Amino acid sequence: MPVAMIEAVDVVKAFTVRTRSGLLRRARTPLRAVDGVSFAVEPGEFVGYLGPNGAGKSTTIKMLTGILTATAGTLRVCGLDPSRRRTSLARRIGVVFGQRTTLWWDLPLRDSLTLVRRLYRVESGAHRARLAELTALLELEPFLDTPVRQLSLGQRMRGDLAAALLHDPELLVLDEPTIGLDVVSKATVRDFLARVNAERGTTILLTTHDLGDIERLCRRVMIIDRGRLAYDGGLDELRRTVPADRVLVVELASPAAPITLDGIENVRVEGPRQWLRLPRSANAAAVVAELARGHDVRDFSLREPGIEDVLAGLYRGDHEYWCSGRPVAP
Amino acid sequence: MGVLPWVWWYGLRRHSSYPLGSLTEAGTNTVFGFMRAYVLIALWEVRPSLGGYAVADAITFCFITQALIGPVQIFGGLDLAERIRNGDVAIDLYRPVGMQGWWLAEDLGRASASLLLRAGPPLIAGSLFFPFRWPGALNLAAFAVAVPLAVAVGFGMRYLVAMGMFWLHDDRGLNAVTLVMSLFFSGMILPLVVFPGALGTVARSLPWAAQIQVPADVFLGRHTGLGLAGALGFQAGWAAVLLGAGALATRAARRKLVVHGG
Repeated sequence: MPVAMIEAVDVVKAFTVRTRSGLLRRARTPLRAVDGVSFAVEPGEFVGYLGPNGAGKSTTIKMLTGILTATAGTLRVCGLDPSRRRTSLARRIGVVFGQRTTLWWDLPLRDSLTLVRRLYRVESGAHRARLAELTALLELEPFLDTPVRQLSLGQRMRGDLAAALLHDPELLVLDEPTIGLDVVSKATVRDFLARVNAERGTTILLTTHDLGDIERLCRRVMIIDRGRLAYDGGLDELRRTVPADRVLVVELASPAAPITLDGIENVRVEGPRQWLRLPRSANAAAVVAELARGHDVRDFSLREPGIEDVLAGLYRGDHEYWCSGRPVAP
Repeated sequence: MGVLPWVWWYGLRRHSSYPLGSLTEAGTNTVFGFMRAYVLIALWEVRPSLGGYAVADAITFCFITQALIGPVQIFGGLDLAERIRNGDVAIDLYRPVGMQGWWLAEDLGRASASLLLRAGPPLIAGSLFFPFRWPGALNLAAFAVAVPLAVAVGFGMRYLVAMGMFWLHDDRGLNAVTLVMSLFFSGMILPLVVFPGALGTVARSLPWAAQIQVPADVFLGRHTGLGLAGALGFQAGWAAVLLGAGALATRAARRKLVVHGG
């Protein structure tokens, strides 16, 4: 049986937050940023690690990379304890912090990549081959000799991805790699990550708020909220098991008063068009038939919930509701 | 070869990326050197041989200190402090090398660039327009050792101030205090040889003296034989103490770490 690339058992990270409670007094409030998280990621998987802001995603990533030490629980990455074997682990994994850069601001991108070679002690021939491969895949050639400060955000992110992958890591950890990128740059990054995962078998853990990233790349998602893992499973399964409302868009012959039907919320009226939220239990055909009886309906469309609707429902915080999708063992 | 010599090399290149800016700073250092030189000339006319310096020693001291402002970064500051504040330090902590070693190598690169671009103009101008005392070969060689040690001492103190950010979250107060201490006790305002009694003894024992006063005295040839070895040992000792404290602070910071900015 292969060793899991990441294995977390009851991992906790607790902080103490100090807040002013008087002129000279500080109140100490314990905070469990990560509160008993358990999961395993097998070699070759592409896993999305999702959650609202402040849920504990970045804290988890910092523990996985050895920057932070877990307060309790067991954590193994590539078979190593990240905080004790941080240096050895860093040579086997690649990390991209989307809002931060590992590149040297005032020097050409090529120099930063050369420094990465020295940092990870990559043999010269292997470095040349790998750099050529990454240059082709990420289309780096036009700006390899441009100082990093002059690169666009998309170019810089491609440079950071190359820097994270030059030493051919077994695991790539990405913390919001497409944040702020335009649609073309996002597509380039997503295509590249899909290829790295499929062709090189690199295990990828992706943290993102970009639902396009998740739908395009992740077969499995883990959702963390308030420090606890609330969902761990397939993306399709998440869509099926977590109920989210559908929206019926009705176009009438002329503008009319808001339509009211039992159990159905009218969420928007715009001229002759009206948007009706259908609960999962509602029969859309019956609703349309009832509408047609009382109104002059010219056209209608039914919008199925996207992953953003599912996640928005989850993030709103109905914990019992979304754990019911697929309970994660406490 | 490890990565740190390369970090030094890239640090040197990074900090020499704006040569015009560096030369402007060198021009400013030179102009201020002239102003300080005239103040010292006025002082030495009233008190010749003050602190054992002749007027040429005082003027040479003045221009040496102006030349060293950039390399030892006497006014303080280390980019690391801002990186701790905004959370970019996560990148530094993640690298498979020690954080202090990485930043020391980068700072030595910065100092090398500063030495190349900023040190020459004040020295040349001072020697052309004022009585100036050039060192002999031995003292010049010793000076070449004293300057990197001065940079290491300066780095050690700036690194500790930056590490304070892990606990204080704002380094302005600490910077203000260390700036005053640094200017007063390094010899930037007046050579420490003129400080009287116990104040002078204390001032010449503190690490700031290793940044400016000691290398200047080495340049002036005021240390010979065992005294010269002792002066360099004084610098090396402070460098070792400060870097040791930096290593302990790094370890403590890792233990209590809260990486700001998510």
